[in-house]
Amino acid sequence: MGYPTQYRYTKDHEWVELDGKRAKVGVTDHAQSELGDVVFVELPTVGTAINRGDTLGTVESVKAVSDVYAPLGGVIVEVNSELEASPETVNADPHGTGWLVVLEVSDLSEVDALLDAAAYEKLVAEE
Amino acid sequence: MRYIPNTDADRKAMLAAIGRSSIEELFADIPQVVKDRFQPLGLSPKSEMEVRTEFDSLAQENEAANAISFLGGGIYDHYIPSVVQHITSRSEFYTAYTPYQPEIAQGTLTAMFEFQTLLCELTGMEVANSSMYDGGTALAEAAMMATRVGGIRKIAVSRALFAHYRRVLDSYCWASGIEITEIPTIDGHCDFSRVPSGVSSVIVQSPNAFGVIEDLAGVKEAIGDGLLIVAVNPVSLGIVAPPGQSGADIVTGEGQPFGLPASFGGPLLGLFATRKAYLRHMPGRLVGQTIDADGNIGYTMAAQTREQHIRRQKATSNICTNVQLCALAATVYLASLGGNGLRDLAVLNLEKAHYMADRLSALPGCSLKFTAPFFNEFVLSVPSDPQKIRAGLREEGILVDDPAHLETFGITGALSFAVTERRSRYDLDLVVDLVGRML
Amino acid sequence: MRTIFDYEKRSGTGGILPKLDVPECGVGKLLPKGLIRRDEPRIPNLSEPEVVRHYTALSKLNYGIDDGLYPLGSCTMKYNPKVNEDVARLPGFASVHPAVDPELAQGSLAVMYRMSRILCGITGMADVTLQPAAGAHGEITGMFLLKRYFETRGETQRTRILLPDSAHGTNPASAATAGFSVTEISSGEDGLVDLNVLSEELDETVAGVMLTVPNTLGIFEENIVRITAMVHAAGGLCYFDGANLNAFLGHARPGDMGADVFHFNLHKTMSAPHGGGGPGSGPVSVSEALIPFLPVPRVREDGEHYSLDWEQPQSIGSMHSFYGNFGVFLKAYAYILTLGDDGLYEAGENAVLNANYLQERLKKTYQLPYDRLCKHEFVLSGKGVGEGISTLDIAKRLIDYGFHPPTIYFPLIVHEALMIEPTETESKQTLDRFAEALEKIATEARENPQLLHDAPHTAPTRRLDQTRAARHPVLTYPFGE
Repeated sequence: MGYPTQYRYTKDHEWVELDGKRAKVGVTDHAQSELGDVVFVELPTVGTAINRGDTLGTVESVKAVSDVYAPLGGVIVEVNSELEASPETVNADPHGTGWLVVLEVSDLSEVDALLDAAAYEKLVAEE
Repeated sequence: MRYIPNTDADRKAMLAAIGRSSIEELFADIPQVVKDRFQPLGLSPKSEMEVRTEFDSLAQENEAANAISFLGGGIYDHYIPSVVQHITSRSEFYTAYTPYQPEIAQGTLTAMFEFQTLLCELTGMEVANSSMYDGGTALAEAAMMATRVGGIRKIAVSRALFAHYRRVLDSYCWASGIEITEIPTIDGHCDFSRVPSGVSSVIVQSPNAFGVIEDLAGVKEAIGDGLLIVAVNPVSLGIVAPPGQSGADIVTGEGQPFGLPASFGGPLLGLFATRKAYLRHMPGRLVGQTIDADGNIGYTMAAQTREQHIRRQKATSNICTNVQLCALAATVYLASLGGNGLRDLAVLNLEKAHYMADRLSALPGCSLKFTAPFFNEFVLSVPSDPQKIRAGLREEGILVDDPAHLETFGITGALSFAVTERRSRYDLDLVVDLVGRML
Repeated sequence: MRTIFDYEKRSGTGGILPKLDVPECGVGKLLPKGLIRRDEPRIPNLSEPEVVRHYTALSKLNYGIDDGLYPLGSCTMKYNPKVNEDVARLPGFASVHPAVDPELAQGSLAVMYRMSRILCGITGMADVTLQPAAGAHGEITGMFLLKRYFETRGETQRTRILLPDSAHGTNPASAATAGFSVTEISSGEDGLVDLNVLSEELDETVAGVMLTVPNTLGIFEENIVRITAMVHAAGGLCYFDGANLNAFLGHARPGDMGADVFHFNLHKTMSAPHGGGGPGSGPVSVSEALIPFLPVPRVREDGEHYSLDWEQPQSIGSMHSFYGNFGVFLKAYAYILTLGDDGLYEAGENAVLNANYLQERLKKTYQLPYDRLCKHEFVLSGKGVGEGISTLDIAKRLIDYGFHPPTIYFPLIVHEALMIEPTETESKQTLDRFAEALEKIATEARENPQLLHDAPHTAPTRRLDQTRAARHPVLTYPFGE
């Protein structure tokens, strides 16, 4: 699976799809593969304000819990409630239907700190 | 030493294989200054025969062992069916480790799944863990869980908790920064009209420290957002309505009555059950059903991501080893008695306790301290010095609880009695007779 | 395997309890209607032969130490002596209620007092509490002691506990329960505490360190005396997790290393059985300064006469309903009396020799991240054994060879960790067979990896689906489904 070039990435293996001030966030294919079978996803409530770098939720496998960090600061406007019944979607389609939250970005300049697909791929290759 | 199979020849060969000339070399990594400070215990080894003799002699120094007991307070003298210890003495059960490799631990895991189910059936709750250390720490963990769920570091606690439950709760709450407000009692039961608001949980014990069964009707509705935590005597649930049906959010208890000897207070069996909605906040090990690669049903540890080995400082509890063998004893106990037997057991306790309470309260100057309904424990007001009565009974080989314990609740001139199925009518009549003569 | 809920319905079995011998009042007369149970809990009523066969069959699905080697790292699965079981069952001990007048329990109190003195002797520390019911319970007790200690000194700014990244999960969990925050110190290249990192972290906000000695890699902290001195100089205290005591039993004492608090695991080092997950016992010994804070009641001795002392105004209170897991003390006490000084020394010696012997042989086949003298355990890595082969696969295949697997995926600082602790009660022959099995598995990993992926093949069940169990928890019997 490649890394969509229109997305941006963090070194903690989150991806961001920007649409104006709305940012859809998920974990990358690398993250889901390291984690193994996802059994539970803990998501924030809609309306929560969050800063860049804060923990916005967790993704759990049988033997591990991985914190998901907010790539950008803002307010949570949507959460992927499908994941409650089907956490395995994160494994099956991490860059698509396995998205976690959508947030309304407060400071778009923070986007500059994110990695592009090429830089992220390089990071993964080095790990 | 007979527990060590290797001979000198084996050790010599092993040292040669690792290129060392003496075992001392293997301790070269311990700083010399530490080795120099070492002092032995001054104990010579004892043969097995000598060990047996020494323990026999120590056991004989326990005069309480042969007495007729009316002691209660969470630990009760119930009959343990022979089957229980035959099963728990099977070395496949007692020499096994925690079931981290489920494929070779289906014995432990299946029994724990049964235990969790039995507990839910008894308490009316939806999910139970496979044990905590004892009723006291189970209650403390419940308070901490409710604080995590509700986010408020305040709890309200009935005054009528066993003193030992309250002590453990006080310690854990002090350390975790949880404030405790006490709810007063009235006529021996918790005064639910005085439950404060703004707490993450309300803790009640039933039967309570005076043996009184708390009426929980309407309590859950009255406490707003807080969780209702009820600590139970599981034997009572053979006939008493379970807290799960009265809106309890967490049920804890002391499971010792289910097949464990008193054993001077340990090991015990902490019971913990709650609602499915709170599953992720629950402490303790959980066993779940699954299937294996051939599609056959099997059992394994479930929801481990709550636990310390994964969540570390964010775990729902630090508990690792619990009391699995005790939970097994309880499971076999309940399987042996069966649902019918458990009901019979509860009825025996209820009837005998009330028979004794009636006869004692009919003695001149005696009366039941409280009018509220009770299970198998009650408080009797006496017209003369209760310590003298206790001492007099002790002379006859009969044990009742120290009245000083009741005095800590502000109850003077009284004695408490716990009556189980092990007390025959003869025992009960004898005690009534003796007390009557001492008044 | 069936559960008791899967059996044919029966109606009444009875005969265990006698009939009511007092005049019956009737439940309806004794309890108000609202308090009486209306439902019937679905607890089966099986005949005695069925109960016995059921649990006997279940037991045969288990693997215990009496079945074979159990090389779980940091668990010290040594042989559980049978005399210990017998003395623990003596009715003179088993029947005593904890609330009896202490005059009537002089035998039990004697056991507790004498065991306490012995445990102090083993640690070289000033006093001990027997209350904690398990190692983790001991840890939390220790953390509460630290908290109270600093509270009484007005040093409440000490809110941090330092611990190495190789620490067992219970350590940070215990510290957190006591309200401390946890700072993880990364281990050096040699797997030991990096003194520079430690030095940088030590300041007046540190309450103390939690160390396992030897650490979870099985390596002894050679700088232990310097480490404890550094912590003390910074005003902190040193907690030692005693899970690995078997490594230096009879050879060294934590008190002499600078420990202020130390917990035992009687169900590890002192041969008390593990019970499938407990009961354990985690007594905590302390240095002089912490004595006033120990849990109540204390056991006092006055010329062979024993009593319980509740008057300890600075105590942290109680950690257990009563005095701890008395039944487990009996087993540990019997063990120590059996061994004496010589036996304790021998246990430590043989445990360390067995581990080093195995390490030397297995490092030829498996990666050994820290290739040096170990104590009673060592850590291998399953990496590089075969393409796509995980430590989990290796562990499951070991089951087919008749061994319980070692600890896997711990400590976290070693990838694909395999932590092996043979203990002293295993023979060279058993160790050789175990090593041989692991060597065969390494060969299979290259030549027939599917055999490992599909393992175990000969256990009572095939590999169990943990993902399914976690995604769709079924935690009680599915009645009516």
